[in-house]
Amino acid sequence: MPEVFRILITLSHYLVLAALLFAISVVGIFLNRKNVIILLMAIELNLLAVNINFVAFSHYLQDISGQVFVFFILTVAAAESAIGLAILVCLFRNLHTINVDDLGSLKG
Amino acid sequence: MFQTAVFYAFAAILLFAALRVITARNPVHAALFLVLAFATASGLWMLLEAEFLAIALILVYIGAVMVLFLFVVMMLDINIDRLREGYWDYLAPGLAIAGIMVAEMAVVLWGRQFGLISMPAPVPRPADYSNTRELGGLLYTQYVYAFELAAVILLVAIVAAIALTLRRRKDSKFQDPARQVVVRKQDRIRIVTMPAEKRAGGDQ
Repeated sequence: MPEVFRILITLSHYLVLAALLFAISVVGIFLNRKNVIILLMAIELNLLAVNINFVAFSHYLQDISGQVFVFFILTVAAAESAIGLAILVCLFRNLHTINVDDLGSLKG
Repeated sequence: MFQTAVFYAFAAILLFAALRVITARNPVHAALFLVLAFATASGLWMLLEAEFLAIALILVYIGAVMVLFLFVVMMLDINIDRLREGYWDYLAPGLAIAGIMVAEMAVVLWGRQFGLISMPAPVPRPADYSNTRELGGLLYTQYVYAFELAAVILLVAIVAAIALTLRRRKDSKFQDPARQVVVRKQDRIRIVTMPAEKRAGGDQ
Protein backbone atom coordinates (compact mmCIF):
# COMPACT_ATOMS: atom_id res chain seq x y z
CA MET A 1 0.00 0.00 0.00
CA PRO A 2 1.46 3.42 -0.95
CA GLU A 3 2.44 5.79 1.80
CA VAL A 4 -0.19 8.37 0.81
CA PHE A 5 -3.04 6.02 1.60
CA ARG A 6 -1.82 5.34 5.14
CA ILE A 7 -2.54 8.88 6.32
CA LEU A 8 -6.03 9.44 7.62
CA ILE A 9 -7.97 12.12 5.81
CA THR A 10 -7.71 15.42 7.65
CA LEU A 11 -9.50 18.71 7.41
CA SER A 12 -6.65 20.10 5.32
CA HIS A 13 -7.28 17.54 2.60
CA TYR A 14 -10.81 18.80 2.15
CA LEU A 15 -9.77 22.44 2.35
CA VAL A 16 -7.12 21.94 -0.34
CA LEU A 17 -9.63 20.13 -2.54
CA ALA A 18 -12.16 22.92 -2.12
CA ALA A 19 -9.50 25.57 -2.83
CA LEU A 20 -8.50 23.80 -6.04
CA LEU A 21 -12.15 23.51 -7.09
CA PHE A 22 -12.68 27.21 -6.36
CA ALA A 23 -9.60 28.11 -8.40
CA ILE A 24 -10.77 25.97 -11.32
CA SER A 25 -14.14 27.69 -11.33
CA VAL A 26 -12.53 31.14 -11.22
CA VAL A 27 -10.38 30.22 -14.23
CA GLY A 28 -13.59 28.99 -15.86
CA ILE A 29 -15.22 32.37 -15.35
CA PHE A 30 -12.23 34.00 -17.05
CA LEU A 31 -12.15 31.56 -19.98
CA ASN A 32 -15.88 31.43 -20.68
CA ARG A 33 -16.51 35.13 -20.31
CA LYS A 34 -18.65 35.15 -23.48
CA ASN A 35 -20.89 32.19 -22.76
CA VAL A 36 -23.49 32.98 -20.14
CA ILE A 37 -24.52 29.33 -19.62
CA ILE A 38 -20.99 28.18 -18.77
CA LEU A 39 -20.64 31.24 -16.55
CA LEU A 40 -23.65 30.08 -14.54
CA MET A 41 -22.15 26.58 -14.33
CA ALA A 42 -18.87 28.02 -13.06
CA ILE A 43 -20.80 29.87 -10.35
CA GLU A 44 -22.40 26.55 -9.37
CA LEU A 45 -18.92 25.03 -9.08
CA ASN A 46 -17.88 27.98 -6.91
CA LEU A 47 -20.76 27.36 -4.53
CA LEU A 48 -19.98 23.64 -4.47
CA ALA A 49 -16.43 24.39 -3.34
CA VAL A 50 -17.73 26.64 -0.58
CA ASN A 51 -20.20 23.96 0.48
CA ILE A 52 -17.44 21.35 0.68
CA ASN A 53 -15.58 23.68 3.06
CA PHE A 54 -18.67 24.10 5.22
CA VAL A 55 -19.38 20.37 5.42
CA ALA A 56 -15.74 19.55 6.17
CA PHE A 57 -15.56 22.09 9.00
CA SER A 58 -18.90 20.88 10.32
CA HIS A 59 -17.59 17.32 10.42
CA TYR A 60 -14.21 18.01 11.98
CA LEU A 61 -15.56 20.46 14.57
CA GLN A 62 -18.50 18.15 15.34
CA ASP A 63 -20.91 21.06 14.96
CA ILE A 64 -23.91 20.41 12.78
CA SER A 65 -24.75 24.11 12.33
CA GLY A 66 -22.39 24.17 9.36
CA GLN A 67 -24.63 21.70 7.57
CA VAL A 68 -27.65 23.93 8.24
CA PHE A 69 -25.75 26.71 6.51
CA VAL A 70 -25.04 24.45 3.52
CA PHE A 71 -28.77 23.78 3.36
CA PHE A 72 -29.46 27.51 3.01
CA ILE A 73 -26.71 27.96 0.44
CA LEU A 74 -28.25 25.17 -1.63
CA THR A 75 -31.63 26.92 -1.45
CA VAL A 76 -30.29 30.29 -2.51
CA ALA A 77 -28.17 28.72 -5.26
CA ALA A 78 -31.18 26.89 -6.66
CA ALA A 79 -33.20 30.13 -6.68
CA GLU A 80 -30.31 31.97 -8.28
CA SER A 81 -29.84 29.48 -11.08
CA ALA A 82 -33.58 29.33 -11.77
CA ILE A 83 -33.81 33.11 -12.14
CA GLY A 84 -30.54 33.23 -14.08
CA LEU A 85 -31.77 30.67 -16.57
CA ALA A 86 -35.09 32.51 -16.90
CA ILE A 87 -33.21 35.72 -17.70
CA LEU A 88 -31.12 33.75 -20.19
CA VAL A 89 -34.22 32.43 -21.96
CA CYS A 90 -35.66 35.97 -22.10
CA LEU A 91 -32.39 37.24 -23.53
CA PHE A 92 -32.28 34.58 -26.20
CA ARG A 93 -35.89 35.20 -27.18
CA ASN A 94 -35.35 38.91 -27.66
CA LEU A 95 -31.82 39.07 -29.06
CA HIS A 96 -31.21 35.52 -30.41
CA THR A 97 -27.80 35.41 -28.81
CA ILE A 98 -26.24 34.62 -25.46
CA ASN A 99 -22.88 36.13 -26.32
CA VAL A 100 -21.92 38.63 -23.65
CA ASP A 101 -20.24 40.81 -26.29
CA ASP A 102 -23.60 41.36 -28.01
CA LEU A 103 -25.33 42.52 -24.85
CA GLY A 104 -24.02 46.05 -24.98
CA SER A 105 -27.24 47.97 -25.59
CA LEU A 106 -26.90 49.81 -22.27
CA LYS A 107 -23.51 51.12 -23.48
CA GLY A 108 -22.00 50.44 -20.09
CA MET B 1 -7.02 2.87 4.64
CA PHE B 2 -10.05 2.38 2.47
CA GLN B 3 -11.49 5.83 3.21
CA THR B 4 -8.28 7.53 2.19
CA ALA B 5 -8.23 5.72 -1.13
CA VAL B 6 -11.89 6.63 -1.70
CA PHE B 7 -11.16 10.27 -0.89
CA TYR B 8 -8.31 10.48 -3.38
CA ALA B 9 -10.29 8.74 -6.10
CA PHE B 10 -13.30 11.02 -5.61
CA ALA B 11 -11.14 14.13 -5.39
CA ALA B 12 -9.43 13.23 -8.67
CA ILE B 13 -12.77 12.61 -10.40
CA LEU B 14 -14.17 15.86 -8.99
CA LEU B 15 -11.26 17.96 -10.21
CA PHE B 16 -11.29 16.27 -13.62
CA ALA B 17 -15.03 16.88 -13.99
CA ALA B 18 -14.62 20.52 -12.94
CA LEU B 19 -11.86 21.03 -15.50
CA ARG B 20 -14.03 19.51 -18.21
CA VAL B 21 -16.96 21.73 -17.21
CA ILE B 22 -14.98 24.86 -17.92
CA THR B 23 -13.20 23.58 -21.04
CA ALA B 24 -15.87 21.50 -22.77
CA ARG B 25 -16.70 22.82 -26.23
CA ASN B 26 -20.30 21.66 -26.19
CA PRO B 27 -22.45 23.17 -23.39
CA VAL B 28 -24.37 19.88 -23.09
CA HIS B 29 -21.12 18.10 -22.25
CA ALA B 30 -20.32 20.81 -19.73
CA ALA B 31 -23.70 20.32 -18.04
CA LEU B 32 -23.20 16.54 -17.92
CA PHE B 33 -19.74 16.92 -16.41
CA LEU B 34 -21.25 19.27 -13.85
CA VAL B 35 -23.65 16.45 -12.98
CA LEU B 36 -20.63 14.17 -12.50
CA ALA B 37 -18.99 16.79 -10.28
CA PHE B 38 -22.09 17.06 -8.09
CA ALA B 39 -22.46 13.30 -7.80
CA THR B 40 -18.81 12.97 -6.78
CA ALA B 41 -19.12 15.78 -4.26
CA SER B 42 -22.12 13.98 -2.83
CA GLY B 43 -19.92 10.91 -2.35
CA LEU B 44 -17.38 13.05 -0.52
CA TRP B 45 -20.10 14.41 1.75
CA MET B 46 -21.07 10.84 2.56
CA LEU B 47 -17.47 10.34 3.73
CA LEU B 48 -17.97 13.38 5.96
CA GLU B 49 -21.08 11.83 7.51
CA ALA B 50 -23.38 14.48 6.04
CA GLU B 51 -25.84 11.97 4.67
CA PHE B 52 -28.87 14.22 4.40
CA LEU B 53 -27.02 16.89 2.46
CA ALA B 54 -25.43 14.27 0.20
CA ILE B 55 -28.83 12.94 -0.77
CA ALA B 56 -30.26 16.45 -1.05
CA LEU B 57 -27.44 17.35 -3.41
CA ILE B 58 -28.35 14.41 -5.64
CA LEU B 59 -32.11 15.02 -5.48
CA VAL B 60 -32.21 18.80 -5.63
CA TYR B 61 -29.15 19.59 -7.64
CA ILE B 62 -28.83 16.75 -10.10
CA GLY B 63 -32.55 16.05 -10.13
CA ALA B 64 -33.85 19.57 -10.50
CA VAL B 65 -31.27 22.27 -11.13
CA MET B 66 -29.11 20.35 -13.58
CA VAL B 67 -32.16 19.10 -15.48
CA LEU B 68 -33.22 22.75 -15.75
CA PHE B 69 -29.76 23.58 -17.08
CA LEU B 70 -29.97 20.80 -19.64
CA PHE B 71 -33.45 21.94 -20.71
CA VAL B 72 -32.22 25.46 -21.31
CA VAL B 73 -29.00 24.39 -23.01
CA MET B 74 -30.88 22.16 -25.43
CA MET B 75 -33.60 24.76 -26.01
CA LEU B 76 -31.20 27.48 -27.14
CA ASP B 77 -29.63 27.35 -30.55
CA ILE B 78 -26.14 28.58 -29.87
CA ASN B 79 -23.41 29.40 -32.33
CA ILE B 80 -20.51 27.80 -30.46
CA ASP B 81 -17.79 29.00 -32.82
CA ARG B 82 -18.52 32.64 -32.11
CA LEU B 83 -18.59 31.98 -28.38
CA ARG B 84 -15.22 30.24 -28.54
CA GLU B 85 -13.48 33.14 -30.29
CA GLY B 86 -10.48 34.22 -28.26
CA TYR B 87 -11.23 31.54 -25.71
CA TRP B 88 -7.70 31.29 -24.34
CA ASP B 89 -7.00 35.04 -24.38
CA TYR B 90 -7.64 35.52 -20.70
CA LEU B 91 -5.95 32.31 -19.53
CA ALA B 92 -2.92 34.11 -18.12
CA PRO B 93 -4.74 36.58 -15.83
CA GLY B 94 -7.21 33.86 -14.83
CA LEU B 95 -4.42 31.47 -13.89
CA ALA B 96 -2.62 34.27 -12.05
CA ILE B 97 -5.63 35.11 -9.91
CA ALA B 98 -6.44 31.44 -9.29
CA GLY B 99 -2.80 30.81 -8.37
CA ILE B 100 -2.83 33.70 -5.93
CA MET B 101 -5.97 32.34 -4.30
CA VAL B 102 -4.51 28.82 -3.98
CA ALA B 103 -1.30 30.29 -2.59
CA GLU B 104 -3.23 32.26 0.00
CA MET B 105 -5.08 29.13 0.99
CA ALA B 106 -1.78 27.26 1.22
CA VAL B 107 -0.36 29.94 3.53
CA VAL B 108 -3.30 29.42 5.84
CA LEU B 109 -3.17 25.62 5.67
CA TRP B 110 0.58 25.36 6.25
CA GLY B 111 0.34 27.53 9.31
CA ARG B 112 0.20 26.04 12.76
CA GLN B 113 -3.60 26.06 13.10
CA PHE B 114 -4.37 23.80 10.17
CA GLY B 115 -1.40 21.50 10.12
CA LEU B 116 -2.14 18.04 8.83
CA ILE B 117 -2.08 16.62 12.33
CA SER B 118 -3.54 19.46 14.40
CA MET B 119 -7.13 18.54 13.72
CA PRO B 120 -7.49 14.76 13.81
CA ALA B 121 -10.51 12.98 12.44
CA PRO B 122 -13.30 12.78 15.02
CA VAL B 123 -14.53 9.45 16.21
CA PRO B 124 -17.06 7.97 13.80
CA ARG B 125 -20.70 8.28 14.77
CA PRO B 126 -22.47 5.15 16.00
CA ALA B 127 -24.53 3.23 13.49
CA ASP B 128 -27.88 4.38 14.89
CA TYR B 129 -26.94 8.06 14.64
CA SER B 130 -29.34 9.92 12.37
CA ASN B 131 -27.88 12.92 10.60
CA THR B 132 -31.30 13.85 9.23
CA ARG B 133 -32.87 13.87 12.69
CA GLU B 134 -30.08 16.08 14.07
CA LEU B 135 -30.31 18.48 11.16
CA GLY B 136 -34.09 18.63 11.33
CA GLY B 137 -34.03 19.26 15.06
CA LEU B 138 -31.71 22.20 14.62
CA LEU B 139 -33.47 23.51 11.52
CA TYR B 140 -36.92 23.61 13.06
CA THR B 141 -35.91 25.10 16.40
CA GLN B 142 -32.89 27.35 16.32
CA TYR B 143 -32.95 28.26 12.64
CA VAL B 144 -36.69 28.29 12.08
CA TYR B 145 -36.87 31.94 11.01
CA ALA B 146 -34.05 31.46 8.54
CA PHE B 147 -35.89 28.39 7.29
CA GLU B 148 -39.04 30.45 6.69
CA LEU B 149 -36.95 33.06 4.90
CA ALA B 150 -35.51 30.36 2.66
CA ALA B 151 -39.04 29.30 1.79
CA VAL B 152 -39.93 32.91 0.90
CA ILE B 153 -36.81 33.14 -1.27
CA LEU B 154 -37.90 30.04 -3.17
CA LEU B 155 -41.37 31.51 -3.63
CA VAL B 156 -39.89 34.75 -4.97
CA ALA B 157 -37.72 32.70 -7.33
CA ILE B 158 -40.74 30.81 -8.65
CA VAL B 159 -42.71 34.01 -9.22
CA ALA B 160 -39.75 35.76 -10.83
CA ALA B 161 -38.89 32.87 -13.14
CA ILE B 162 -42.48 32.48 -14.31
CA ALA B 163 -43.01 36.23 -14.70
CA LEU B 164 -39.83 36.51 -16.76
CA THR B 165 -40.58 33.69 -19.15
CA LEU B 166 -44.36 33.93 -19.42
CA ARG B 167 -45.28 35.00 -22.90
CA ARG B 168 -48.84 35.64 -24.02
CA ARG B 169 -49.46 35.19 -27.72
CA LYS B 170 -51.34 38.04 -29.35
CA ASP B 171 -53.51 35.82 -31.52
CA SER B 172 -54.51 33.28 -28.88
CA LYS B 173 -58.18 33.22 -27.89
CA PHE B 174 -59.04 33.23 -24.22
CA GLN B 175 -61.95 34.18 -22.00
CA ASP B 176 -61.89 37.16 -19.70
CA PRO B 177 -64.30 36.32 -16.86
CA ALA B 178 -64.38 39.91 -15.59
CA ARG B 179 -65.65 41.20 -18.90
CA GLN B 180 -68.12 38.33 -19.09
CA VAL B 181 -69.59 39.29 -15.74
CA VAL B 182 -69.95 43.02 -16.31
CA VAL B 183 -71.66 42.68 -19.67
CA ARG B 184 -75.19 44.15 -19.81
CA LYS B 185 -78.16 43.46 -21.97
CA GLN B 186 -77.67 46.63 -23.98
CA ASP B 187 -74.22 45.53 -25.07
CA ARG B 188 -75.38 42.37 -26.73
CA ILE B 189 -78.87 42.81 -28.18
CA ARG B 190 -80.61 45.60 -29.98
CA ILE B 191 -84.38 45.78 -29.93
CA VAL B 192 -85.75 47.23 -33.11
CA THR B 193 -89.25 48.64 -33.19
CA MET B 194 -90.89 48.81 -36.56
CA PRO B 195 -94.43 48.79 -37.84
CA ALA B 196 -95.91 45.50 -38.84
CA GLU B 197 -95.81 44.91 -42.55
CA LYS B 198 -98.32 43.32 -44.82
CA ARG B 199 -97.56 39.84 -45.89
CA ALA B 200 -96.23 39.71 -49.37
CA GLY B 201 -98.11 37.65 -51.93
CA GLY B 202 -101.67 38.76 -50.92
CA ASP B 203 -104.25 36.29 -49.52
CA GLN B 204 -103.04 32.77 -49.40
